[in-house]
Amino acid sequence: MSTSTAAMAAAPGGLHLVGRRLPRAVFPAIGAGAVAATVVLYVLAPITSRIQFVLIAGALYLIGQTVASIAVEGSRRATDRGVTTLVYLAFLLAVIPLVAVLASVISKGAQRVDVNFLTHSMRNIGARDAGGGIYHALIGTLEQIALASLLAVPFSLLVAIYLVEYGRGRISRTISFFVDVLTGLPSVIAGLFILAFYILALEQKPTGFAGALALTILMIPVVVRSAEEMLKLVPNDLREASYALGVSRWRTIVKVVLPTALPGIVTGVMLAVARVAGETAPLLLTIFGTDSINFNPFSGPQSALPLYIYSQAGQPQQVAIDRAWGAALTLIVLVMLLNAAARLIARLARVR
Amino acid sequence: MATRIDVSGLTAYYGKFRAVSDIHFSIEPKSVTAFIGPSGCGKSTVLRTLNRMHEVLPAARVEGRVLLDGEDLYGPGVDPVNVRRAVGMVFQRPNPFPTMSIYDNVVAGLKLNGTRKKSLLDERAEESLRGANLWEEVKDRLGRPGAGLSGGQQQRLCIARAIAVEPQVLLMDEPCSALDPISTLAIEDLITKLKSSYTIVIVTHNMQQAARVSDTTAFFTLDRTGDPGRLVEMDRTEKIFSNPTEKRTEEYITGRFG
Repeated sequence: MSTSTAAMAAAPGGLHLVGRRLPRAVFPAIGAGAVAATVVLYVLAPITSRIQFVLIAGALYLIGQTVASIAVEGSRRATDRGVTTLVYLAFLLAVIPLVAVLASVISKGAQRVDVNFLTHSMRNIGARDAGGGIYHALIGTLEQIALASLLAVPFSLLVAIYLVEYGRGRISRTISFFVDVLTGLPSVIAGLFILAFYILALEQKPTGFAGALALTILMIPVVVRSAEEMLKLVPNDLREASYALGVSRWRTIVKVVLPTALPGIVTGVMLAVARVAGETAPLLLTIFGTDSINFNPFSGPQSALPLYIYSQAGQPQQVAIDRAWGAALTLIVLVMLLNAAARLIARLARVR
Repeated sequence: MATRIDVSGLTAYYGKFRAVSDIHFSIEPKSVTAFIGPSGCGKSTVLRTLNRMHEVLPAARVEGRVLLDGEDLYGPGVDPVNVRRAVGMVFQRPNPFPTMSIYDNVVAGLKLNGTRKKSLLDERAEESLRGANLWEEVKDRLGRPGAGLSGGQQQRLCIARAIAVEPQVLLMDEPCSALDPISTLAIEDLITKLKSSYTIVIVTHNMQQAARVSDTTAFFTLDRTGDPGRLVEMDRTEKIFSNPTEKRTEEYITGRFG
């Protein structure tokens, strides 16, 4: 086989099926050359930035690879290699901040997170005291997210079902437009709205529930959009199969369409939860914040993790800043756990 | 149990487009009727008007009368949901519900319409799967997903699902076009067997299949692209395939046109 292809490539006027390729070892060599050239540049010119070093070395590598590839392999393969390299570079650039954020939160927060930190509030903790914890904020966040989800998810699902299954013409286009507008709503505006409408106009006290209302406004467009996309993906065949069995439209939606779209809907809900779990601005205006434990979201001020981070990180003492990092790590882990739990539930609901 | 169908003056539209025009025919109880004809001639559309599935598509509407044992499906106050319980349908592509097990797929029509009794569901599931010649192949894995079966098995599962609600009439829209010859044979045997209890209407592109399974054959065609489809002739299958009255039918069957 290999001899015959070699013979074919060698044959004069043959098909030239085997093109010339750069040997694998060339690429590390080009990389080493690029780094060496950059080092020389740094010695000769007065540049010191480490970020620039990476960028210059990367650009030199790209140039060297392209030149070598054009010379040996031709322009098509050179383009291919160039674009491949760019894609990898873009991937690295996108991942670096993600990893950096995670790494710094873990390294600065992990030492502070312990059982004591998770089970105590800030009540009677002085400005310079090292103790205290996030229990009150954890309770507040969990209750507010739960309430907001309870309000937003059924409502949003019904809107999405209307848009996909029933909506025709102008009404559905109008709703769609306003959902899009709501998606771009700055979160502080949601807080201001609840402050102006619920707390000031309806004369309610700031409570965890007021915060949950603000978060609901932020969750609705995200859940509606994702659920709508997922419902659209359900093949029409299944709806017709169900109709042909003499099943009514509503039962078809509840028993056939929604279960089929469920995994995607769960993902959308989790994205929305993750988004609102980190919101600070709307809570600042609606839940007031407290250092004490308040289990009741319907009465009295509550705290929340993002609000806690905001207030602790704004203080000059190192003990407060450490607490903020600890709370940040807890918040990230909390969202990850919620996400994992939701995916597990969605998976268990599936037939195997 | 089986039912006759009388269609008169049937015209079906998709929005402004007239898909079929002024169709008249009758179908005898406990018979197999095949609809044949070139693509776009409206045979699937006519089939879908027989259980009011045509109107599921946006802007689609129907004029004329479809009588099921003398009762007009398009009469005032008729609930399409009830019509579809009496007239079941099997589609071109097998479409088991992906979130349901084999068992749940078969009894889906019963369960979604409110039957809860486990003993009745079990009995119906076995009966329908046996009826669809699928019981022996799946009886040990009723809890597995229906989408995990082969294409031919999935199609028989869909037939089992359709007969589990005990309809009077079974409509089949090219049920074998996505299947290999062995699965096709299994479905054809099944059609012959089901004939004893159901009135069956089948749309097919395969003329040998029409000749093999049907008692009556209806030939549809359209004169030009964009024109509505029409029924050219309908007669006993032997006659259509040996000595058709219309020249168009003979040309189509012998492959000189369409």
